[in-house]
Amino acid sequence: MSRIKTLQELFKRYRRPGDIVFAILFCFFSFFLLSQLEFQTKWVARTKLYAQPSFWPAVSILGMTIFSVLHYIGSLCSPRIAGRWTEVWFWLRSAEYVLYFLIYVALVPWLGYLPSTMSFALFLALRVGYRSRQAILSAVAFGMGVAIIFRAFLQVKIPSGELYNHLPDAVRAFALTYL
Amino acid sequence: MEQLLSGFIILAQWEVLIALLIGSVGGVIIGAIPGVGAPVAIAILLPATFSFEPIVGLTLLLGIYGSSMYGGSIPAILINTPGTAVNALTTYDGYPMTKRGQGHRALSLAYSASFFGGIFSILCLIILSPVLAWIAPHFGSREIFLAALMGIILVVLAHRGQVLAAGMLACFGVFLSTVGLEPVKYTKRFTFDQTWLGSGIDLIVVVLGLFAISQALLLLIDKEHAPKSTHVEGNLFSGLKELFGIKRVATAASSLGVLMGMIPGVGEFTAQFLSYTYAQKSSKDPDKFGNGSPEGLVASEAANNAVPGAAMIPLLALGVPGEALTAMMLSVFYVHNVIPGPQLFDTKLDFVFALYMALLLLNIFVMIFLLFSTNWLLKIIQIPTRFLGVMIIILSFVGVYSLRNSMTDCMLAAGFGVFGLILKRLNLPVVPIILGMVLGGIMETKFRTAMARVKNPLDFIDRPIAAILFVMILVILVAHVRTVMQEHQMNKQNHDDPDDHVGPETSTQQG
Repeated sequence: MSRIKTLQELFKRYRRPGDIVFAILFCFFSFFLLSQLEFQTKWVARTKLYAQPSFWPAVSILGMTIFSVLHYIGSLCSPRIAGRWTEVWFWLRSAEYVLYFLIYVALVPWLGYLPSTMSFALFLALRVGYRSRQAILSAVAFGMGVAIIFRAFLQVKIPSGELYNHLPDAVRAFALTYL
Repeated sequence: MEQLLSGFIILAQWEVLIALLIGSVGGVIIGAIPGVGAPVAIAILLPATFSFEPIVGLTLLLGIYGSSMYGGSIPAILINTPGTAVNALTTYDGYPMTKRGQGHRALSLAYSASFFGGIFSILCLIILSPVLAWIAPHFGSREIFLAALMGIILVVLAHRGQVLAAGMLACFGVFLSTVGLEPVKYTKRFTFDQTWLGSGIDLIVVVLGLFAISQALLLLIDKEHAPKSTHVEGNLFSGLKELFGIKRVATAASSLGVLMGMIPGVGEFTAQFLSYTYAQKSSKDPDKFGNGSPEGLVASEAANNAVPGAAMIPLLALGVPGEALTAMMLSVFYVHNVIPGPQLFDTKLDFVFALYMALLLLNIFVMIFLLFSTNWLLKIIQIPTRFLGVMIIILSFVGVYSLRNSMTDCMLAAGFGVFGLILKRLNLPVVPIILGMVLGGIMETKFRTAMARVKNPLDFIDRPIAAILFVMILVILVAHVRTVMQEHQMNKQNHDDPDDHVGPETSTQQG
């Protein structure tokens, strides 16, 4: 009994709300990868163990599995702080912003970098609760500044928007190159 | 001498100087804004630097890396909020000094100590160069493998109280480095028949997700907060003079910073902790520490600023990055086909000297900039956190999308962003994933090359440097187990003695 207690003491750590959910999910992920090792890597004949393509994936996944099980045990042994599902809800709330980000990514090749960045900055500023004229103008100006600095000055590799092709001749070439 | 002159010519190009100036000033501003920090800025700018000359790209990133901690001390001292995580210890003595009406003195001392630490580490780097140039060619595949292995072990063990999580995440990083087409037998690994996984998972996508997007998400969802306004009055030059009176602490702290910076996986936190402990133990007035001690402030700032210069040693000499920022810089080297490691000192010594001089110059630029712009910086740092989140997510797009205009990369980066957010909320480390990814790739290649010449396991350590590294790894592991057992015994005694009870929060035996 005292040995079990000693072991428990040895694994005890500071545990934040939601820790056990993460520990279980990571454990499952590690076991899933372990189960796929045979199918997702090849064993090459007449090749030594250290040169096998599956050697390093096996080492890393075994390490992940062992450490994640120990991490889970540590979570079980440590005192709990209330608020597990509130914390999980916090994680899930990030999906909303991820969705906005991906819509923005999808819009850039159509609308063009400058208009989509300005619109995205404005939308996000409104979404997070800014209503003052100063904040809204700052967001739009920031979007414009970023687009101009990176596309016009630094010539970063971002495609021009489909929409630019419908612009009048006088500005089309400029927009395709710099905006 | 000829190489030094050639290095000077490389540095004297206007593009390089402008990159250095932008990096230095930008780094100070980024460091001063709580919630951003050098890793986020470097992650965002990394793909943009690929189109520059290697020296231009590297000086820009070096500028940010080397100067962010200068900036981070400003909010740490004046508003008790560290600009970067490594400035947390600065709040202990900096903020109490501000409360006593000595804000300008604390800032001036912090700038001077940072400057001293920065210059000290570069001088050490220059002095050590001949030794590095001599020793680096002795590092073959097995030595580099052992150094990388030691780096991973150290980065895991450095996360006291989170060793199991750090180990799990470092292994995850190593796993990520193996995904895709394997380079020797050309077989697919963990691609699940998805073409987009065939070329593997790009380090930059992971870095941007874990550092930048996760931080943006965190700031966007969390409660709004804006640093309060403040103003500093007084002569900021006085610290240089005062530093002479505390030169023993400054020298010891800088030496510890250099030492800890050189060891892969250790870095600023350990350097600061050791130097602060040393300064407190050797001080005539130890009770003042934590209540506004100039010695404590100097110990903390000199140590953390000595690390960036020293962290370049394993990167340049062995091609083994010691922490996340140098790991990011490694990708700039690779993109331009400049391979850091033993050959670099043979073939591109002038390039190495140019980097040293860039480090030296950046400290001078930053010091001059700070002495005249502190009050202006105090206005900039008042950006509300959610607005900062908007800014970071917009900038993150440039970083990910400009790599190869891929929607998949953006989705992957967003996925890592959510993962990074969870890790940050749980107070779990992100750095082991990045180091696992970088060092995992190095270890796989070097282990395969080394083993081809090894007949029995002992052959692996039959060369002096390999044997020394192996012994060091053993010593590190044994010392860690010993410390864990000692801490366990101490906690057990505390639990047995109800008058001296230790709460569950402090019992972190597994670290």
